[in-house]
Amino acid sequence: MELIGLVNYALFMGIFIGIYALLALGLNVQWGFAGLFNAGIAGFFAVGAYTSAILTSAHADGRIGGFDMPFFVGWLAAMVAAAAIAWPIGKICLRFRSDYLAIATIGIAEIIRLVIKSEEALTNSARGITGLPRPGGDLPYVESQAAYLAIVIGVLAVTYLLVERQFNSPWGRMMRAIRDNELAARAMGKDIEYRRLEAFIFGAAIMGLAGAMFAHFNRSITPEAIDPMVATFLVWIMLILGGSGNNRGAILGAAVVWIIWSVSEIATDQLPHEYAVKAKYIRLFLIGLLLQLVLRFRSEGLLPEPLRGDQSKTGSGQ
Amino acid sequence: MGILELLNFYVIPGIVLGSIYALGAVGITLVFAILRYAHLAHGDLATLGAFIAFAVVTAIGVSPLVALPVAVVATAFIAVGIDKVFYEHLRDRPKIITVIASLGIALMVRAVVQVIWGVDSESYVRGISRPDVYFGLRIRDREIYTVLAMILLVGGLYVFLKQSKWGKAMRAMSDNPNLALLSGIDNRVVVMLTWIIAGGLCAASGVFLGINTELKSMMGWHMLLPMFAAAILGGVGRVEGAVLGGLIVGIAEELSVLVLPSEYKAAMAFVILLIMLLVRPTGLLRGKVL
Repeated sequence: MELIGLVNYALFMGIFIGIYALLALGLNVQWGFAGLFNAGIAGFFAVGAYTSAILTSAHADGRIGGFDMPFFVGWLAAMVAAAAIAWPIGKICLRFRSDYLAIATIGIAEIIRLVIKSEEALTNSARGITGLPRPGGDLPYVESQAAYLAIVIGVLAVTYLLVERQFNSPWGRMMRAIRDNELAARAMGKDIEYRRLEAFIFGAAIMGLAGAMFAHFNRSITPEAIDPMVATFLVWIMLILGGSGNNRGAILGAAVVWIIWSVSEIATDQLPHEYAVKAKYIRLFLIGLLLQLVLRFRSEGLLPEPLRGDQSKTGSGQ
Repeated sequence: MGILELLNFYVIPGIVLGSIYALGAVGITLVFAILRYAHLAHGDLATLGAFIAFAVVTAIGVSPLVALPVAVVATAFIAVGIDKVFYEHLRDRPKIITVIASLGIALMVRAVVQVIWGVDSESYVRGISRPDVYFGLRIRDREIYTVLAMILLVGGLYVFLKQSKWGKAMRAMSDNPNLALLSGIDNRVVVMLTWIIAGGLCAASGVFLGINTELKSMMGWHMLLPMFAAAILGGVGRVEGAVLGGLIVGIAEELSVLVLPSEYKAAMAFVILLIMLLVRPTGLLRGKVL
């Protein structure tokens, strides 16, 4: 492969890692901070992607939307929309153990998938919404990819700093207290359900933002753009492998898992067609197995959650 | 619309679908109550059971009802095996870790099905089966088998849980695990029995879904939400509740077509689930809330 091809591939991969790292950060807020099991990540992702697509695409007949707004309005709206979906679900399910939330988020992701497939007036069903503006999209190809990567890294850095700040603040301490000992936290007078709802909505908003960034990167969004189950599961394995409760771990996990995932795809695509199709499922099997192995042998992940509480941060590791 | 039309096109298919959900929901409710976590791989285990029966049907050309016991036994073994290999060592950790593991198992089991049998739709028997007419009700043979099998299997389980020593042990573990362990109940046997029952019933629900519709690698995953809705609607830990819940969810899904676009049939289970969690989380028959 020529150098320029490699550069292009690296840029492409960088953008995807950035978007998945955002999703993993969002999940870290929910699972790492608050111990909330979200099995419908792809649903919040899709809500973000479509919200931004509807607001920023050019006007089209027979479809609501096409407001031609600038991309950042779409991105903000994506966060708001994902948060708005998270609110009622959290409100109903966060009173119970996280198992119920897991089931309900599977359900909401399924409903969102149905809505996207069948509400033609909103999402243009199978054809999807195309022609989204892409920041830096007028530049030549390589420069435009690089510009988008820079934007993704910028958004990721800002999100990381915000989440990290939140994590180290009294709010983060309280969330960990609720996660680790709900009864004790309740006895201290913390409003557990409300605080969990905050974490759930905060995480969902980040996921919505990631969805919007994905849609604008592709300049389009269709129901087939991502496989919901695979995307949700990849984010989970990224966070668990990287280290739940550790934001750097979430980003590292996103990079490691995405590199394994996409390089193995290139490798299996070299196979003859009939094997290549099966190889996709073998890869899925192996990624499932990887999760089992991490849970069993290194459940704290590559970068464990840092121990806090004393001034010296030497306590990390265990 | 006449009453017969309502029964023929909505209620009878609903009861059949509900019986299929009930078979799966009983397993979910037992795992939820005894092992105390939501098992997200339940639907995909049903898919595996259905395809094991499919392998038997294509290999020796018997009817799917003959292949059913094979699939039930094989899936029960696989369920016990999955527990031993993947879930057992997580038992002392927070239960939610096992839920994460089960999401991974769901993906793995489905990948196995997709690698071995591919992703295309299959069916046990080719051709169309015509319904017989009983007093104006149009019922297919396979629909009678499905409901009868559900009643027999769940009825047998109900008697087992109420009468036998190990059935009582399972109920004791569900009611108060500490007290049960203290009185000398062997937890390993209870866990194994739970998986044998859950896995076997899972396979039965998959096979009957395959008999009444078609076999697809995603069939089980799409059943997961209705099965959980049924288990929670009936009350977690209540076998008869799971049957009641399954029937209600099945009939509600079929009736929803009257008022909603048919694409949203699958949304009914979710609506029922949320309403129950909101209004009466213990379920109709007063089950547990974790």
